[in-house]
Amino acid sequence: MIQVVIPGPLRLLAKIEGEVELDVPAPVTQRTLLDQLERKYPALLGTLRDSKSGRRRDFIRFFAEGQDLSHQSPDDPLPESVVQGREPYLVIGAIAGG
Amino acid sequence: MQRRPEKRLNCRPGSAQIEPARMSKIRLLAGTRKGAFILTSDGERQKWEVSGPHFPGWEIYHLKGSPVNPDRLYASQTSGWFGQVIQRSDDGGLTWAAVGNQFHYEGEPGTHQWYDGTPHPWEFKRVWHLEPDLHDAEVVYAGVEDAALFRSDDGGQSWKELAGLRGHGTGPDWQPGAGGMCLHTILLDPKTSGRIFVAISAAGAFRSDDHGQSWKPINKGLHSEFIADPTAEIGHCVHRLAMHPSRPEVLFMQKHWDVMRSDDSGESWREISNNLPSDFGFPIEVHAHDPETIYVIPLKSDSERYPPEGKLRVYRSRNGGEHWEALTQGLPQSDCYVNILRDATCVDTLPECGIYFGTTGGQIYVSPDGGDHWQTIVRDLPAVLSVEVQTLP
Repeated sequence: MIQVVIPGPLRLLAKIEGEVELDVPAPVTQRTLLDQLERKYPALLGTLRDSKSGRRRDFIRFFAEGQDLSHQSPDDPLPESVVQGREPYLVIGAIAGG
Repeated sequence: MQRRPEKRLNCRPGSAQIEPARMSKIRLLAGTRKGAFILTSDGERQKWEVSGPHFPGWEIYHLKGSPVNPDRLYASQTSGWFGQVIQRSDDGGLTWAAVGNQFHYEGEPGTHQWYDGTPHPWEFKRVWHLEPDLHDAEVVYAGVEDAALFRSDDGGQSWKELAGLRGHGTGPDWQPGAGGMCLHTILLDPKTSGRIFVAISAAGAFRSDDHGQSWKPINKGLHSEFIADPTAEIGHCVHRLAMHPSRPEVLFMQKHWDVMRSDDSGESWREISNNLPSDFGFPIEVHAHDPETIYVIPLKSDSERYPPEGKLRVYRSRNGGEHWEALTQGLPQSDCYVNILRDATCVDTLPECGIYFGTTGGQIYVSPDGGDHWQTIVRDLPAVLSVEVQTLP
């Protein structure tokens, strides 16, 4: 199962308790992972990506294996460590506004 | 113990429905910069219970209950990080569920004018105001930034733009006000089926007579110093509209400058600022039982936007704006520099009409006697963006 870490305000919004684990059919990409995340938690629709264009929201970044994946193609395969659940896929809200 | 004398019900023809105070419950819905709060009291409006913050940390631009089913509440939850969420409650705010948040403009949205007069693409930013339908609890309207009107027929699950407003012709010339190009006021006419009034900063007021399919600007008589053409049909920074349900053809307006009145459903306007200390402000309200009694909260214009002389004064006119009196008892009369935003006032429908307003300093005030005396309900909330009241049996 793929491990996903999402920001606290979105956990509250989607009423998520505990870890977020996703079963994502191959090919596992950022797009298919986020599609599956939104299917499992519909309240997240539009909060990470624009619901029409699919574009990542400005203050959201995606990381895995210590790498910023935010600017990679959403259709690139995710690292094998993420697919196998050894490393989490991180959704990060920007530290901004202070 | 002396019993309080029973209040006489002022049931003049055409007045809003009056609830007996002793048996009623008041539910106040407050949207703030950091969450929603629900404040409840009995009809005396002296002791309050505060529930919240709901949706902590999120901006709650507006909450409002359905007049058909008062336990059906809608809330606009928004964030610069995570975008727009619409929340719905079916139990008076005890529990909530996120519903639909897909606000897509019809067709190719095109451009409006930016602050400097250059074309700027239409982009959805947030929902400023939610207006539940008068007859169907599943129907609700949303006023959004960049300005457009949306309607849901399924309790907020899905939204469709009433594109005749943005597309009626003047849309490409609309320009944002300082707070953004927002559709902030939606008034549903209770007497004329299909008639809707909206107001947009800084485009003006508009009316539809066919359930929102087609629209026309209704801004004749408005004068705005920052517009070169004194007869301009659009471009006016209307801050708020208000009406009394018994007389919906009479509209009151707080404009960027000037308090205005129309007696013909917006076809023409005349100024009623008269003896106000400032004609600038955001909200305007009508007394629940007297259509000629109106309220404004003047602010010093233009960039200061706080009460003149640091004195927080509500102004009441009992004759439709011909003369205004300052209401001060219980309100701070020195060193007060808060703002009162356009959706942050409301009136209940108890026999002795209660008036409420919230401030950017986090206070919510109530006057249980039509404005004569004021009390602080809470004083340290986040900045208050909106206040709506429900008078419950």
